[in-house]
Amino acid sequence: MLHINCPHCGMRSQNEFSYGGDASVKRPELNKEVSDQDWDNFVYNRKSLRGKHLELWQHISGCRQWIKVERDTATHEIFRTFKADEEVA
Amino acid sequence: MTQAFRIENGGLINRDKKLSFKFNGKTYLGYEGDTLASALLANGVHLVGRSFKYHRPRGFFGAGVDEPYAVVQLFRNGETEPNIKATEQELFEGLEAKSVNCWPSVNFDIGAINNFLRIFLPAGFYYKTFMWPKSFWYRIYEPFIRKAAGLGVASTKHDKERYEHKYEYCDLLIAGSGPSGLAGAYAAAKNGAKVILAEDKPRFGGSLLTSDVNIGNQSGKDWAEGIIAELKTMPNVVVKNRSQIFGYYDHNMLVMSEKVSDHLPSTKKYHPNKRLWYIRAKEVLISSGSIERPIVFGNNDTPGVMLSSAAKEYLKVYGVLVGRKPLVFTNNDSGYETAIEFKKHGVNPVVLDSRKNPESEIIDEAKNLGINIKNSYVVVAAQGYKKVKSADIASISEDKKQLGKIENIQCDCICVSGFWTPTIHLASQSGNKTKFKEEIDAFVPGQSKQNETTLGAANGVFSLEETLKTSFTAGSELSKKITENDNKIAIPNVVEKKSSQHDKFWCVPLPKGKNYKRFLDFQNDVAVSDVEIALREGYRSIEHVKRYTTLGMATDQGKTSNLNGLQLVSEIENKVVPAVGHTTFRPPYTPVSIGAIVGREVGKHSRPTRKSPMHSWHEKNNAVFVDAGVWLRPRYYRRGNENLFEGSKREAKNVRTNVGVCDVTTLGKIDIKGPDAAELLNRVYTNAWLKLPVGKARYGVMLREDGIVMDDGTTTRISENHYHMTTTTAQAANVLSHLEYYLQLVWPELNVNVVSTTEQWAGAAIAGPKSRDLLQKLFPNSDVSNEGLPFMGYMEGDLFGVKARIYRISFSGELAYEVNVESDYGNFMWEKIIEVGKEFNIQPYGTEALSTLRIEMGHVAGSELDGRTIPFDNALEGLVSKKKDFIGKRSLQRSAFIAEDRQRIVGVVPLDKQTSIPEGSHLVKDDKAPLPNPKLGHISASCWSVEYDNPFSLAILKDGKNMIGQKLFAMSPLKNKVIPVEIVSSHYVDPKGERVRS
Ligand SMILES: [Zn+2]
Repeated sequence: MLHINCPHCGMRSQNEFSYGGDASVKRPELNKEVSDQDWDNFVYNRKSLRGKHLELWQHISGCRQWIKVERDTATHEIFRTFKADEEVA
Repeated sequence: MTQAFRIENGGLINRDKKLSFKFNGKTYLGYEGDTLASALLANGVHLVGRSFKYHRPRGFFGAGVDEPYAVVQLFRNGETEPNIKATEQELFEGLEAKSVNCWPSVNFDIGAINNFLRIFLPAGFYYKTFMWPKSFWYRIYEPFIRKAAGLGVASTKHDKERYEHKYEYCDLLIAGSGPSGLAGAYAAAKNGAKVILAEDKPRFGGSLLTSDVNIGNQSGKDWAEGIIAELKTMPNVVVKNRSQIFGYYDHNMLVMSEKVSDHLPSTKKYHPNKRLWYIRAKEVLISSGSIERPIVFGNNDTPGVMLSSAAKEYLKVYGVLVGRKPLVFTNNDSGYETAIEFKKHGVNPVVLDSRKNPESEIIDEAKNLGINIKNSYVVVAAQGYKKVKSADIASISEDKKQLGKIENIQCDCICVSGFWTPTIHLASQSGNKTKFKEEIDAFVPGQSKQNETTLGAANGVFSLEETLKTSFTAGSELSKKITENDNKIAIPNVVEKKSSQHDKFWCVPLPKGKNYKRFLDFQNDVAVSDVEIALREGYRSIEHVKRYTTLGMATDQGKTSNLNGLQLVSEIENKVVPAVGHTTFRPPYTPVSIGAIVGREVGKHSRPTRKSPMHSWHEKNNAVFVDAGVWLRPRYYRRGNENLFEGSKREAKNVRTNVGVCDVTTLGKIDIKGPDAAELLNRVYTNAWLKLPVGKARYGVMLREDGIVMDDGTTTRISENHYHMTTTTAQAANVLSHLEYYLQLVWPELNVNVVSTTEQWAGAAIAGPKSRDLLQKLFPNSDVSNEGLPFMGYMEGDLFGVKARIYRISFSGELAYEVNVESDYGNFMWEKIIEVGKEFNIQPYGTEALSTLRIEMGHVAGSELDGRTIPFDNALEGLVSKKKDFIGKRSLQRSAFIAEDRQRIVGVVPLDKQTSIPEGSHLVKDDKAPLPNPKLGHISASCWSVEYDNPFSLAILKDGKNMIGQKLFAMSPLKNKVIPVEIVSSHYVDPKGERVRS
């Protein structure tokens, strides 16, 4: 079970969180033309990386905040976590 | 029975307390503090089972967790449990156990014929033989193998025992209470660290219980007792015996199984049987020690052949002689320690040492005691079937290839020592890449992967002095980092005998003309010849050899077999052991009861049960409940002998003719506040929300980004910047997360807050033509006329002194209202509605009637919004705005979603107006068409229309728009039904929706 540092609450066990997928996906802006290709990429296509991955988790049994977690998908090592609005440098 | 093999004095058992127990139907006596194994050995019982494949007689090989084959079926307090190691099971009064793997009895086992046919059962036999024909596998081979090869029988009864889970955090977790564990724990505890010390055995001390050493001028055992006693008094230390750390998982999470009650005749009241600990440790000290390695020789699985360390433990801990004519076969000094213990108790052992001329303090002591020692000698084969009777022995050449003349000597046990294998399972599970240590012919942990430090014998350090020094230091240093205390501890002086170098010899060659089975893996019956076959057949990777031969698999996980298996592969392959590598050590290290893993989450506790505030009223009024997600909802209220069909029909009819009341508390409710609340709703829902006035409700549909309908419900504008959203019962949690996702990540600029209020409000739906009359009586001071509270209107009211929210919304299609009050007043509200409603013939109605009402109205619910349909499919395209953008809108342009013959909701009526159509039935054009019959659609929901008194169903049908009036067949192979049907509009009752506005 992973140990995730919620930037709002501190270190908590994985069972307080739910996984939310790739954090680098950006929703196309509302009311803008979007090509089929771009829309498909947004809705369906994910990289399924091995290694360092920036992903979303929601602290559902805690503060209910969505957070960003930089995790190695192969080793589960967590490098850093960020608040939703925090810049990932 | 007398305990003929129990010595007069000595051991750590309590001789004042005799215990009686049964093994295979026969009664024996033992002492408190015995294991089942030590008590049986005290009574001279060596035969405990039959082997897995060949059904050869099996005895005891170890004295603890290392035991590969003394596995029994245990009976305790009316329950039975398989797969219990006799060497780990503590004796209690009335214990009963039976052998496994043998039928009809352990002494006469029919399966033993496999032993004589073993030429037919080599490695891969099952793979090769039982392949063909396929049908034989299920009917003949598998049942036979299962019966012949089981390791006991699981109980089919409900387990009465309780199991607990516990979550714990600590600074240092220490696995094992031998010298290194004690030293590490003590040093860390003295620095104020929060310490958990876990020991799998009942007694603390590990090797100190059996070794002949001195620490700080006391015996090792006394020193251990002193340390444990002091640790137990410290508030920052938790000391646990009977507790096995069996898994090392990610982020320094370890799991430990504590046997709370297994050593007692029955579990004490309020106690669990086992407790599973999830421990998150900052640092982990692995002090799991080492396991003695066997030397491989002919018939080395005969009962009476055992590890020399086990023989010593039986003697020193339990006061039991495993034999009176012992033969000790060793390649190192450990065998001498066992021989010396025998000699001290008046037994004359013979020592065979594969080494030519070893010299050490221990050997000198053995010589001084007059022990018969034969150097450059080996056991070629054990003789005896159910028990060792003698041994064929021979001298061996220096290159270990040539045997001398074979002699036979009488003996009743053979104690083997092939040196020591560090227990690296936990370190390996943590991700540590182990390394091969040449001096000890074994793997030890390499660079730490997580925060783990391996100490003492587990790290390949076999000198007590060095073990204590490194362990005290590690405990101090690691705790200092955490607590910033630095209490220096004087390391006690140690007296131990120095050992000489062991012999890198592990397998006795076969003498000419003999083909004795030489076992590597005792639990899985894997012999040297099996591994040779696997390699000859081209298996190279050690992982493949493992699967093909079953070497190192199952509950044993290669504890005693692993290294000898690797030695063999490396020898045949002409590689060094590290190049062969070892197989992956997987958790659990030892078997863990399923009950412990499941914990309390069984039966009703497998998930939470949510009840509305009106639940007890429902119970008192004969409600029959149904699971709705985690909620319990009344399905119908039974009157007399009514069944579900009759009851729900009565209730639904009463709604259509009079008035009914339904508990709708379970609906998800979300409070939405903020100046941008309308904008959020406008983006989340498919229809327009910017112009909804205060005091009005609106029905809305929300999509996922892929265009599929996610949920529907009504949202009401309570005040300027305050909205009340309802969701379906099932999607409540998902919708909240969905809103939070967009607010926090996608549109953080929106000034809106959302919070779940599902539990804050109790809800009652009042539906039927008389509902307004009832509402007027409930709220005499409010204007609830069609003008005062029109369809989709909202007002607040006073319900006999309780503040209430009144929504004029309808799921039933009738004139209807929903009244909400704070949860604590839910029951008050409900009772008032029933009481005041009497004169209008009110009846409560359950989910079944609710379904009937919505189905015949063509209102969609979860069975249509099933994660596969878009708004058009549900005839909801009128709610999809063309002007504004919203979540999922772009996906609605996908070609499949705009296809001319796109699926769509329809109504379905059986031609005979009699036969109910099973939900899930497929709609087809031709009921006689060859399979697979092309499916045009499926029945999503069925009811008995109370309006027309005939069956009616909803279906999602291909090209549904153009299918009205068509005749099709509803086929249900499950219910074996073929029903001719007509397709009609999904709005079966009141298609213009006049009633809700009346
Ligand atoms: Zn949090």
